[in-house]
Amino acid sequence: MYKPTIGLEIHIQLMTETKIFCGCSTEFARVPNTNICPVCIGLPGALPVLNEKVVEYGVKLGIALKASINRFSSFYRKNYFYPDLPKGYQITQYAIPIAKGGYLEIGPAHQNRAGSQKKKIRIEKAHIEEDSGKSIHMGDITESEFSLIDFNRSGIPLLEIVTLPDIETPDEAYDFLILLRSIVRYIGVSMGDMEKGAMRCDVNISVSKDETMGTKVEIKNLNSFRSVKRALEYEIERQIGALKKGERIVQETRHFDEKEDTTKPMRTKEELNDYRYFPEPDLPPLVISDEFIENIKNTIPELPNTKEERYIKEFEISSDYARTIAYHPKLAEYFENIVKYVGIKMAKDVANFIMVDLSAYLNETKKEIDKIDFTKEKFKELLDLIDNKTISRNIAKEVINESLRTGKTPSEIVSKKGCTQITDEDGIKKLVIEVLNENETQVKQYLSGETKVIGFLVGQTMKKSKGKANPELVNRILYNELENLRK
Amino acid sequence: MEITELTVKEIVEKIKKKEIGVKETVLAYLKNIEDKDNNIKAFLSINNEEALIKAEELDKENEKNGQIFGIPVAIKDNINVYGTETTAGSKILKGYISPYDATVVKKIKEQNGITIGKTNCDEFAMGSSTENSAFFNTKNPVNTDYVPGGSSGGSAASVAANEAAAAFGSDTGGSIREPAGFCGIVGLKPTYGRVSRYGLIAFGSSLDVIGPLAKNVEDAAILTNVIAGFDHKDETTANLPVENYTDFLKRGIKGKKLGVIKEINDFKIQDEVSITLKEAINKLEIQGCEIEEVSIPHLKYALPTYYLVAPSEASSNLSRFDGVRYGLQGCGDNLRDFYEDTRTKGFGREVKRRILIGTFALSEGYFDEYYLKASKVRRLIAMDFEKAFEKVDALILPTTATTAFKFNEKKNPLEMYMSDIFTIPMNLAGIPAISIPFGKDNKGLPIGIQIVGKWFEEGEIFQISYALEQSKES
Repeated sequence: MYKPTIGLEIHIQLMTETKIFCGCSTEFARVPNTNICPVCIGLPGALPVLNEKVVEYGVKLGIALKASINRFSSFYRKNYFYPDLPKGYQITQYAIPIAKGGYLEIGPAHQNRAGSQKKKIRIEKAHIEEDSGKSIHMGDITESEFSLIDFNRSGIPLLEIVTLPDIETPDEAYDFLILLRSIVRYIGVSMGDMEKGAMRCDVNISVSKDETMGTKVEIKNLNSFRSVKRALEYEIERQIGALKKGERIVQETRHFDEKEDTTKPMRTKEELNDYRYFPEPDLPPLVISDEFIENIKNTIPELPNTKEERYIKEFEISSDYARTIAYHPKLAEYFENIVKYVGIKMAKDVANFIMVDLSAYLNETKKEIDKIDFTKEKFKELLDLIDNKTISRNIAKEVINESLRTGKTPSEIVSKKGCTQITDEDGIKKLVIEVLNENETQVKQYLSGETKVIGFLVGQTMKKSKGKANPELVNRILYNELENLRK
Repeated sequence: MEITELTVKEIVEKIKKKEIGVKETVLAYLKNIEDKDNNIKAFLSINNEEALIKAEELDKENEKNGQIFGIPVAIKDNINVYGTETTAGSKILKGYISPYDATVVKKIKEQNGITIGKTNCDEFAMGSSTENSAFFNTKNPVNTDYVPGGSSGGSAASVAANEAAAAFGSDTGGSIREPAGFCGIVGLKPTYGRVSRYGLIAFGSSLDVIGPLAKNVEDAAILTNVIAGFDHKDETTANLPVENYTDFLKRGIKGKKLGVIKEINDFKIQDEVSITLKEAINKLEIQGCEIEEVSIPHLKYALPTYYLVAPSEASSNLSRFDGVRYGLQGCGDNLRDFYEDTRTKGFGREVKRRILIGTFALSEGYFDEYYLKASKVRRLIAMDFEKAFEKVDALILPTTATTAFKFNEKKNPLEMYMSDIFTIPMNLAGIPAISIPFGKDNKGLPIGIQIVGKWFEEGEIFQISYALEQSKES
């Protein structure tokens, strides 16, 4: 049995207002080379000045990862030539990073998935560095007649997180990444979108039959969470296949091909890089006080994995719903706000309505949950209408929908539409008798022992009532009437 | 007396008293440049139009504010001045127009100084004679057969030839003090972190300091007042208050303890320089100074240490000159060839030599042995000074072991490197040092005497060097 060993290197763009070493805006600019200055395009004589907000965000994420924050860390220069690296070196932390150790606990959702119990993925270190500019090639890099460089990205702050090789399956890698994305959003340090490059991930993977480590392969160009998973799945298969054939795994960097869902050796020649790291003489060591750390600690909210567990335990909602809500900061806030107002007992219902009906509306309208007007008061009204059997759950869905679109309260909608549930037994009895008369075949089937057909008859009755009849009453009355017929 | 022969202090006084105009002053200097600079070649570019416009503006001002109001100053070409060509003496930056002012230049302008031109220097400040300029040699105004020193040779020559009232240079291993000494003027290397490096084209970032070159100690103190101070654009500047350095000048030196470094006797020093040093010490003793011998045991390691630290930093600092965004652009079929062509054509021999040394010293497997070890020795040298300063207030030694040499005299790079043996240790330690002219050798070439102070005690060395300067006349 071959076992994969996986480690991740994740770059997270920190969403500070200004760049890491200058005052340029980090905001996305459509026009290339507009958010630039002498510092971030490496003009002669320019010097870096560390943005304190970057330190704050780095510490914040470090704390969220339960890492220990180094009171003293320093910057180095990583020297290499590339056109989008304006100074010819990247300023990065090297010998002493801002945070070391720590872990993220993945699970416990998807319990039906093999190997998805809670598991600690240890963090080796997290360090601050600057992003490079962006090279733009005309088509493929090897065929492009020329290349253009946009330095708007140059100097955007990054936090690089390196995990220990604790990950054993592509699913674990996926779970780790979506949890990390959720965390950076909760603590407000990054957008966390892989698709937009706010979070970038390289993976290291090897497979081995025994305790000795296999040969490590690095995979780059992973632009989505799905890509990470697919690349790992492919690579595990490829490596095991090769080993079974008695081939050796080459230590190399591979490129993920999104279209083919495969990994390929990088076409560029792998040169042995000597980055000639040395301490950055333009920046003094970074000294962080206990007070600074304490102040930041107090700003860290409950994190998504804790929330997820709590939702499952306290609210008894399904693990899938618990994760989806808990991992989405605004959804979770909305959810908790409603539950607090309507009571824990209703949490399950609230989760269902959010996940099914509100989500559908949000998806359709591309709105964010905090931009809609379905308040806790409205939610309570809706739940009360169901509770006192004024409306059925089916009707409730319509009511939510209309309320979202028109802003009217559920009771307004219900009274106006007359969609109040039919709860008077005589009315329903009338409908039932009509249905029984119209469906003699099914009645016979029932009487001959095929009692399952009662479902069909319930459906017919509901249809006749245009969905307004209370299903429980329909059920009871139908049963009584049928049994009467038997006599 | 001609305006151009006056000191900064005198010119400012005359302008403020409306005895002379700013335009008149600037014209006088421009005339001198026109007359002399074909021969001396101190300047790489002259900022005459801008200077005259600024002068006219200043003449219209009723309130004549600013410590260097109307003073035409020359700026070493490795310091950025907005809208002017800034080459650092290198072909790779030929035609590069700077889009911003260095903090020092901003401060000069705030005090209503006028940047009259950019001065020649060794390419990227690497050299001790200005012969490494990619453009031309600058001559020593004292005797044009001799080099002006370097790397701030153009700045020193411009002041010595009265082509500028004062000048600014940079000092990484002696590049202000050595040319000041060779040209017979005053040059100060301030404490590392006292003056902002923002806008100074980096050579050895942990060693580089901008400082003034002036006709006398008082002018140097005034110019230091202008440029010193914390800068939020340079994280290596110290957030310490700046003293008014001119206040120190006339305090006298009675009871001051002055150290003489024992180990300088291990080096070969020109006889006249040794004699002059003794005379200087004698003059100071007469004024009440106590002289004590101190030891800097690691002095002999300063040169090898410097030639690992400085090139290492330089190799990285010069990486940005890749032809992609500005400056000379080579050609090639691929990226590597493009870089190679750009940098082969753009850099001179000495710069290439130092990039090679630095790249080697930082390479994997050599880093510990070279860069790291050098950094440790550097710390030891700094500690030697710290210890010496427990006993004395300041140190005195020659600026250079010899007076100026002739062009092409030092063909071997190591011989050239030796020119800086007495100035390099202060850069490694980060302490301030001033060179003042004191006597001449039998060829009439100036001899520079160096006063070295504790970290951030520029005031102290102005005080002592002023006393020494005054004693010359007595």
